[in-house]
Amino acid sequence: MYRLTSRVAVNLLTFSSLMCFLLILSAQTSEAKNSEDIRCKCICPPYKEIAGQIYNQNVSLKDCNCLHVVEPMPVEGKDVEAYCLRCECKYEERSSGTIKGTIIAYLSILGLLLLYMVYLTLLEPILKRRLFGHSQLIQSDDDVGDQQPFANAHDVLSRSRSRSNMLNKVEHAQQRWKRQVQEQRKSVFDRHVVLS
Amino acid sequence: MAEAEGISSGTPTEEMNGAGNLMDFLDEPFPDVGTYEDFHTIDWLREKSRDTDRHRKITSKSKESIWEFIKSLLDAWSGWLVMLLIGLLSGTLAGVIDLAVDWMTDLKEGVCLSALWYSHEQCCWTSNETTFADRDKCPQWQKWAELMTGYTEGAGVYVLNYFLYVMWALFFSFLAVSLVRVFAPYACGSGIPEIKTILSGFIIRGYLGKWTLLIKTVTLVLAVSSGLSLGKEGPLVHVACCCGNLFCSLFSKYSKNEGKRREVLSAAAAAGVSVAFGAPIGGVLFSLEEVSYYFPLKTLWRSFFAALVAAFTLRSINPFGNNRLVLFYVEYHTPWYMAELVPFILLGVFGGLWGTLFIRCNIAWCRRRKTTLLGKYPVLEVIVVTGITAVLAFPNPYTRRSTSELISELFNDCGALESSQLCDYINNPNMTRPVDDIPDRPAGPGVYNALWQLALALVFKIVITIFTFGMKIPSGLFIPSMAVGAIAGRIVGIAVEQMAYHHHDWIIFKNWCRPGADCVTPGLYAMVGAAACLGGVTRMTVSLVVIMFELTGGLEYIVPLMAAAVTSKWVADAFGKEGIYEAHIQLNGYPYLDQDEFTHRTLATDVMRPRRNEPPLAVLTQDSTTVEDVETLIKDTDYNGFPVVVSRESERLIGFVQRRDLILAIKNARQKQDGVVSNSVVYFTEDAPQIPASNPQPLKLRRILNLSPFTVTDHTPMETVVDIFRKLGLRQCLVTRSGRLLGIITKKDVLRHMAHMMNQDPESIMFN
Repeated sequence: MYRLTSRVAVNLLTFSSLMCFLLILSAQTSEAKNSEDIRCKCICPPYKEIAGQIYNQNVSLKDCNCLHVVEPMPVEGKDVEAYCLRCECKYEERSSGTIKGTIIAYLSILGLLLLYMVYLTLLEPILKRRLFGHSQLIQSDDDVGDQQPFANAHDVLSRSRSRSNMLNKVEHAQQRWKRQVQEQRKSVFDRHVVLS
Repeated sequence: MAEAEGISSGTPTEEMNGAGNLMDFLDEPFPDVGTYEDFHTIDWLREKSRDTDRHRKITSKSKESIWEFIKSLLDAWSGWLVMLLIGLLSGTLAGVIDLAVDWMTDLKEGVCLSALWYSHEQCCWTSNETTFADRDKCPQWQKWAELMTGYTEGAGVYVLNYFLYVMWALFFSFLAVSLVRVFAPYACGSGIPEIKTILSGFIIRGYLGKWTLLIKTVTLVLAVSSGLSLGKEGPLVHVACCCGNLFCSLFSKYSKNEGKRREVLSAAAAAGVSVAFGAPIGGVLFSLEEVSYYFPLKTLWRSFFAALVAAFTLRSINPFGNNRLVLFYVEYHTPWYMAELVPFILLGVFGGLWGTLFIRCNIAWCRRRKTTLLGKYPVLEVIVVTGITAVLAFPNPYTRRSTSELISELFNDCGALESSQLCDYINNPNMTRPVDDIPDRPAGPGVYNALWQLALALVFKIVITIFTFGMKIPSGLFIPSMAVGAIAGRIVGIAVEQMAYHHHDWIIFKNWCRPGADCVTPGLYAMVGAAACLGGVTRMTVSLVVIMFELTGGLEYIVPLMAAAVTSKWVADAFGKEGIYEAHIQLNGYPYLDQDEFTHRTLATDVMRPRRNEPPLAVLTQDSTTVEDVETLIKDTDYNGFPVVVSRESERLIGFVQRRDLILAIKNARQKQDGVVSNSVVYFTEDAPQIPASNPQPLKLRRILNLSPFTVTDHTPMETVVDIFRKLGLRQCLVTRSGRLLGIITKKDVLRHMAHMMNQDPESIMFN
């Protein structure tokens, strides 16, 4: 049932990295709560001569009411109850670690993708041209969009018999991926066949 | 939709084992016998029978040893494990997207100096300098102009802020469209039309791949943050389905069977909507109503599980603080009155009209993009539309902020504590009522100001969304439609409220609205308007009402929501029967056979191929075709399959063989078996035909022959044929008369015929 082909290995790798990411994220959410991350916010509208005010305090949920949070109390005695009745207190909590971790993770992934994009679009053609000469570049650009069902199979068959080490496999996988993306790009952007 | 019947097609499972030795010396996933080509339809019956065979084999082997028994248990609960994983990953990705959008949207206006990764609200969270009048200001968060020049007021400051806002918006959208173009072109658009087609049996390779998942997540954040008039709900469904596909590939039960895989994808779509709206039940109903094609009861329970896990994961990440799931979750309990049904129904009519207008204009614009020069410059188009959106959105405070925040403000009821302009009512200074029960008050100047700003925002949003949906970046439709409806609803609500206050002696108001009572809640009108517009565009019914009431937590408002949704659907259906997703499916020519009834009185002979002036049907004979003939036939024609008959004279049908299986089998035979040459005879019978010993060795291809193809007679009405295609998920159907093969009807022919009957262009059906 679980044949260990390279495809399954790649999938397991992806899966385990995702699990690690999830665990890191969940670990951040279950850290000891930073005292800065909870607050009770009370908004009190204008009352008689007193202007409207907002009060913030780091108290827990059971202490989140007008009497504990509004300090110093601007009114005295009997007015306290009337004043507090108009105030609205809300308990809020957040996880600053999660926010920080998520934003930094997102920006790093975005940065990596941008670097890779710059490399693919600008640097790789220049490098290839210097290493292999102009003719091969034209050939690899034209090698796309073959509509016959198993034209790729012939290429794959012939190539895999000659090369077998890891670096060539990676480069071959990358070439295959680039061909797929180019096919997709032709269907979506050029021929407007899908997703128009 | 009725589940496909468990009719065995007789195709043995040895074909799976026969292909095993092909995989050994290739790294690339070699096309297997039994897999499908890109842009083709799957054979639902074959997938179902393969799954039944697999299950039967596992059950019979489980009696042999403990290890086999454990393996059978693992197989049984692998489905639940996949659902759990999908829920976890979708919830996590949705949380990441929400947090990142929150931050990047505020990045257009300013930056938090104490901690760069905080958005405006988070930055001012711990500050003590916020005042009642100015709730948003705190010294830690500064706008760009203030950071660069040190001034906070003035025309120059305004212009600088404006300029930087536009620059950031252009930067984000340029990044988004470049990433989509370079890495994953399939990541653009909403995704729901294509997922609908995939779930009905179509194959689009790479549409649910890993790169598409990554790029869609990353560029969705960029697209939403750039201020464009689009939402993230549709793309979240696509993201969730990509997660589903990703986890399917870990288990061979799902990765090798396209039918089972689609069950998982239905559940994943439910999880996607669930995290988008914080509505698990609504998500399951959305998957049932809008996205899925076959939805067996087993999928219902599993979808619910996946949606719950996803919602729970999102809640534990807590992106908006306060344990809310969606930015515009409101919870009120003010009652509504029967007389208010009139404005609610009017809002429904508005929603239906807007839906029709939007669908027609958007399809026309997308068709123009598909056929003219506009489609050649996708990057430029995105940049121009973003520029126009940003330039027009900045001056109006209601369009400057993100659409979700706008909707949240419009849904909110105005208590005594709100400081927005929309709540600038004239308060009675002697009022001592508690905050929840404020009576109707006359509107202050702020409200009138807000009203005409909202009217401008409404017109702007209506126009710009037509051009935004369908661009080559991830774009969703739910939030802009809800925004249009919410603005219209709020305007109507304020109008009714002010009429009730100033004219409380009119007959309609006298019964239910006493002066000094809280009669009208404009926030409720905004909600009803949002539901009406969303229903008008997507033609959702039950799922819309359930999503809206899960969003608001108010069971009291089911009746107004239903009234508006039903009215908008009726009004919109009067003009055109398709929702936006069906319209896009038609625009792209996907082979989607929808659930509407076919009521014309044509017969199978009218639709079948070959027609009178066409060459005769390309068939194979049971034991007189040579390998060379077969290869010529494959090369000269592009049919997806060939019927096999007893002989050309008798034309009695034996079975059907697929083109792909034929190619693979012949290629395999030429390489592996000795003695198979071009002159070898191909036979489909059980025993080899009688041939002289001097002839080359014959080739047996019985194992790829489908011995029970579906046949109808030539006088079968097309109504029945369409029903068979739809209910069983067929790809082709053979037509016989008196037992002799007459012709073939494929799904493409059926779709073309239906388009022809509805006076649409039959040539727009592109795929098989």
